[in-house]
Amino acid sequence: MSAVTDILVIANRNVIKIRRVPEVLIFVLLSPIMFVLLFAYVFGNSIDIQGSSYREFLIAGIFAQTVMFGGTFTGAGIAEDMQKGIIDRFRSLPMSRSAVLTGRTLSDVIYNVMSVVIMSLTGLLVGWRIRGSILDALAGYLLLLVFAYAISWIMAYLALLVPSPEVINNASFMVIFPLTFVANTFVPAESLPGPLKTFAEWNPVSSVTQASRELFGNIPPGTPEPTAWPLQNATLYTLIWVVVIIGIFAPLAIRRYAQPR
Amino acid sequence: MTPSNEPPPAIRARGLRKTYGEVVALDGLDLDVPDGTVLALLGPNGAGKTTAVSILTTLLSADGGEGTVAGVDVLAEPGRVRERIGLSGQFAAVDEVLTGRENLQMIGRLYGMTRRAARRRATELLERFSLTEAGDRPVKGYSGGMRRRLDLAGALVAEPPVLFLDEPTTGLDPRSRNELWGVIRELVADGTTLLLTTQYLEEADQLADDIVVIDKGRAIARGTADDLKASLGRSRVEVVLADSAEADAVAAVLAAHGAADAEVDIGPERRRLSVQVDDGVAALSGVLGELRATDIELRDVGLRRPTLDDVFLTLTGSATEPTDTPEVAA
Repeated sequence: MSAVTDILVIANRNVIKIRRVPEVLIFVLLSPIMFVLLFAYVFGNSIDIQGSSYREFLIAGIFAQTVMFGGTFTGAGIAEDMQKGIIDRFRSLPMSRSAVLTGRTLSDVIYNVMSVVIMSLTGLLVGWRIRGSILDALAGYLLLLVFAYAISWIMAYLALLVPSPEVINNASFMVIFPLTFVANTFVPAESLPGPLKTFAEWNPVSSVTQASRELFGNIPPGTPEPTAWPLQNATLYTLIWVVVIIGIFAPLAIRRYAQPR
Repeated sequence: MTPSNEPPPAIRARGLRKTYGEVVALDGLDLDVPDGTVLALLGPNGAGKTTAVSILTTLLSADGGEGTVAGVDVLAEPGRVRERIGLSGQFAAVDEVLTGRENLQMIGRLYGMTRRAARRRATELLERFSLTEAGDRPVKGYSGGMRRRLDLAGALVAEPPVLFLDEPTTGLDPRSRNELWGVIRELVADGTTLLLTTQYLEEADQLADDIVVIDKGRAIARGTADDLKASLGRSRVEVVLADSAEADAVAAVLAAHGAADAEVDIGPERRRLSVQVDDGVAALSGVLGELRATDIELRDVGLRRPTLDDVFLTLTGSATEPTDTPEVAA
């Protein structure tokens, strides 16, 4: 019971910070807008997607990319708290050993909700539409947020390993860029050369993208079925990754936090 | 262990060891802080002070040795130790974005207080630390002294019986330092056991019942402030001349009043001369009396009390790393 209170107290602290540091919020909101507009207008005319408009194809990819980046807020927040000694203060208190990280990852869901909303609005402006049922679309949003939550735990663990907030930013970009680009986010996986294609097919960023496209009804009829199992069962495959990531990284991060060094 | 009727010390450490790769941070440190007393851990940067505090407050594991705080084993039951301690670190660990009041309420809630109790306690502490007016402003706008006071208040939220303060005044201006000393004295008067680390002999002198001087992870001296000063550093009589040509004459006067085994330090510019003395007041008035009889022009005369550097010189034969140790003016 007290663990729940501790989590809520920590989450509440982070929410107050979200409200009072609008600079972060502006970045959270502007970067998806920028990506939608850049890709839609810069690549939109030169990338040809069979049977579909590129913008329709693109938005789910940007959703996936943005929730990956959402994890960096978790990493940056924890790294900053470490640097300022606040983590040490928490560690010296008789509070739940998992509350600081759980409270942080939960409050960061707010960032992801906000950026998903902004992305959807921007998408609507450039011609993207939800063409499936509302329930499917809600399931699509939920899947994106759950995936984002899992990524937050990876970043939380990385943040506890590195010495400073600057390092965590660079480190997470090194992970995020290959994962989001060697995927079916911005081009179809089938168009990639040999090994990259295989990587893209098994990349969870591809499956979350594919699942969103399906759930938002953005795959036009007549599009050939993907050949790889992860993309044929995109939602299931994504959920497996979510469970595996949280199952590995949450205990690792909490142990790292709790252990005296 | 022999059973005894005396209550166990509030803080007890035996043979604490910690190494970071090749660097030995603690090399078998023993500490005893009886209930309701103040111990100052005095030493230069890198002596192992923060490491010792971190181990006793469960933040760091020891490579060897044992520690108990309020009768609880630090290594075996860290959770129970955390219920009994307050820690205020070297860097003011308060959230800059939150207000002072929000910081204290948050800490209260994390100690398991109800919302109402945490709110009441925050108000009390803001009042006690003269932060009531600033209490509802974000900490970002606080001065260094205000942050330290808030950080200290944070350590006191749950009225812990044992308090650890790691260099509470490092980097503060003299006025804020004096204010904080006043607050710490009040705390101690209420019976809180305190382990304090500091680089300043004067701070240890002002606040502590007992002092342990540490260097390179080991205790190199322990005792009361008076013991240490009597045995480790002697006061110096210092004279600053207007004209360096008179250095030799003045040196002779100083030598006559200095301690039997002391040498007069003439200084590189031959204008600032000093000598260690046994009885500061007698030596100073003796020197002044003799110099007044001559027409030697003096810029300054004073009795300089031993600094951490003097103590270290006496103890180790080597000076401390250059630090911002304040000179104790006479």
